[in-house]
Amino acid sequence: MSAPVKRTQWDEDPTLFRKDHGLSKKVLLNCCLVRWIISWASPNKKDSVEDELELSAVRHRPEALELLEAQTRFSRKELQILYRGFKNECPSGVVNEDTFKEIYAQFFPQGDASTYAHFLFNAFDTDHNGSVSFEDFVMGLSILLRGTVQEKLNWAFNLYDINKDGYITKEEMLDIIKSIYDMMGKCTYPILKEETPRQHVEIFFQKMDKNRDGVVTIDEFIDCCQNDENIMRSMQLFENVI
Amino acid sequence: MAAGVAAWLPFARAAAIGWMPVANLPMPVAPTNKNKHQDEIIILNVSGRRFQTWRNTLDRYPDTLLGSSEKEFFFNEETREYFFDRDPDLFRSILNFYRTGKLHYPRYECISAYDEELAFFGIIPEIISDCCYEEYKDRKRENIERLMDDLEDNKDSKLPNMTFRETMWRAFENPHTSTMALVFYYVTGFFIAISVLTNVVETVPCSYMPNQRDIPCGERYTEAFFCMDTACVMIFTVEYLMRLFAAPSRYRFMRSVMSIIDVVAILPYYIGLVMTNNEDVSGAFVTLRVFRVFRIFKFSRHSQGLRILGYTLKSCASELGFLLFSLTMAIIIFATVMFYAEKGSSSSKFTSIPASFWYTIVTMTTLGYGDMVPKTIAGKIFGSICSLSGVLVIALPVPVIVSNFSRIYHQNQRADKRRAQKVQKAKLARMRISKNGSSSAFLHSKRNGLNQSLELTGSLEEDQHLKKTTSLLESQHHHLLHCLEKTTNHEFVDERLYEQGYLQTALQNFPSQSPSLSSEEGITGTCCSRRTKKNIPPLSATNTHSHTHNLQELSALHIQCGEQHPLNTSRSSLNLMSDESGSLNCKSSGLVTTAIISIPTPPSNNSRANPDAPPPANPDAPPLPNPGTDVVRISAL
Repeated sequence: MSAPVKRTQWDEDPTLFRKDHGLSKKVLLNCCLVRWIISWASPNKKDSVEDELELSAVRHRPEALELLEAQTRFSRKELQILYRGFKNECPSGVVNEDTFKEIYAQFFPQGDASTYAHFLFNAFDTDHNGSVSFEDFVMGLSILLRGTVQEKLNWAFNLYDINKDGYITKEEMLDIIKSIYDMMGKCTYPILKEETPRQHVEIFFQKMDKNRDGVVTIDEFIDCCQNDENIMRSMQLFENVI
Repeated sequence: MAAGVAAWLPFARAAAIGWMPVANLPMPVAPTNKNKHQDEIIILNVSGRRFQTWRNTLDRYPDTLLGSSEKEFFFNEETREYFFDRDPDLFRSILNFYRTGKLHYPRYECISAYDEELAFFGIIPEIISDCCYEEYKDRKRENIERLMDDLEDNKDSKLPNMTFRETMWRAFENPHTSTMALVFYYVTGFFIAISVLTNVVETVPCSYMPNQRDIPCGERYTEAFFCMDTACVMIFTVEYLMRLFAAPSRYRFMRSVMSIIDVVAILPYYIGLVMTNNEDVSGAFVTLRVFRVFRIFKFSRHSQGLRILGYTLKSCASELGFLLFSLTMAIIIFATVMFYAEKGSSSSKFTSIPASFWYTIVTMTTLGYGDMVPKTIAGKIFGSICSLSGVLVIALPVPVIVSNFSRIYHQNQRADKRRAQKVQKAKLARMRISKNGSSSAFLHSKRNGLNQSLELTGSLEEDQHLKKTTSLLESQHHHLLHCLEKTTNHEFVDERLYEQGYLQTALQNFPSQSPSLSSEEGITGTCCSRRTKKNIPPLSATNTHSHTHNLQELSALHIQCGEQHPLNTSRSSLNLMSDESGSLNCKSSGLVTTAIISIPTPPSNNSRANPDAPPPANPDAPPLPNPGTDVVRISAL
């Protein structure tokens, strides 16, 4: 039998074992046994290395500043500020849903913001690839902060319409409202009751659903919002955010 | 709120547009950025090394030196930079804290220098991030212990006015405090040694005459040994009684290990005295004498090392347990194997598996007496495997025990445990603080009336004096939370008020019916009078009492839809300020809410705080369709 060689790397290519031993059957058997033991002892080595490579490859570089300036309504300086903040929190250049939820939850310490953050994430992730890049982020913000009222209402409708079929049903609205109430948490005054979200949905539908067909379409929604002074006023609320 | 996500606050606020269409109440005014100058880079000159960063970065933590106006004291007019005469190397980690939101502790730095820098820059060490927190705490503990060791030598100064009992106890515990204590210490030690020696010598055979058989000395000089024993037991009894008398907590003393050892040491003698020379019980009596050897444990009061050994064994209970368990497993395995291996051979000593236990133990501990040896080949092979594995199994846990012993020898074991508990508690407290920090900041500012239910057309004067106390970031965050409150028509409260409110609503379920019934009769006069009656007690009652009244008023108030009532209390003036002929539902509830929230302040403040909150104009408030207890909750905000 050959002299024992000190093996420092245990995940060598298994074909190396087959090479050119040409010795007795016992050696071959031992090698197979050794290989089997190695593979049994460290089964996921190969997978984890590949996984790590994949993760590090996900590094997104955004479009050029000029392009973004043209596509959004932000000035160059504003884009710079936005990007610095974005990159600080997400060095890889994209936000996945979990990070997004974590970040959003920091602003609402008393409640559970994960459900609403999920809906927000879907609203921002316009190409539905599971991650929000800087372009998605800045496009969304451009609509929200610098868009016309029509665009903002459109965006809000898109947010409420969970399955993006063009209609807001009562169930979708109930989900949204429940997630908003979840953000309040437990310690509220008055105590949050079970039927409060449902009643809120009823009020909303009474206001919005003009033809009483049980769903709210985009036209009903925009019409009704434009007639409501409060909503109109509140849409202008965050214009000076950046 | 972690400052790292401060950059995302604009996003969170923009996303709040998603709440607007579902909100029924108008939103509060957004705080404006008064000093809207472009973000500038400021230069921090720390002992010659220039650090540069955005001003916004430093503003993330307004309660530190660099984040507040305190840094203006260090501003150098000529060079237009901030000059700090501190260590630039340590400043690096402090500045990184502002940049990343995580405070790291560099391992090569001295702990007290680092602490001083943190204190100078107004950063509390508890926010050191988890990656460096253990190291920091360990080093800090070592430092404190070193200081305490130095202090302990100067301790033990006699406190004045100690009672006789306290003096005695101190003398017992620290023998070096007085000469009497030392004398007592040595005398008891001497007698322990004498007693143990007596027990030993008692059994030595000393022959009377050369041709007689040897009898133990104990039986030869019975009286002498008995006298010796009596003397020792006297001394021990007296000592025990004196300790019992002097102990600050007698019950705790009686439960302590040392006192149990004392009792066990002297009890056999007394039992022996009581018992007669009956043949039956003398066997048991002899067994009792074995317990006399426990007197040797009394030496542990005299020897620090013995005590530490005891502590070590106690602290290594898990390793000892593991050692015992693995040994037992190995013994059973090998005994079984040896038994079956040797079954075939004739006249084998391995008669049963328990009989093989003895062989296994002797072999595994490498004793090898040789009274039982395997004869078959298989037996010998397994016997050798047994002895090899014995070495391994015993060698593994022993170094752990040894290292533990040496560690404990240098430190105080009990103080370690106490401090470990504090670290755990401190860690939990840190997490709780950081979690509650932002929510309590919001509630705190609400309570101080800073978050006013301004609506979009509200006045701007109140805006200005609220900016002074909160940073722009905080005020924007609070505005966001306020918008959420308006959207859901509920308010954030802290735990205490939540529990109070919970109890109140549970109580209010029945009484709420009566006011609504009477109001439905439409006699405003009665309601007015009831309300005026109820308004007088709050000024004199306790806080919770007024809280109850306020809630009752809530349930009474809501039903008056569309009616205005001239009230002659402070709350009435607020109602009049509304100037609305529209429904009072949400408006009045808006008023009373702020009153509720400011309950912790004395009731007289209510009248002052409330005028700051003009009722929100809500001409489009939808009339609530179904009266009932549910409606009480929704409108009674």
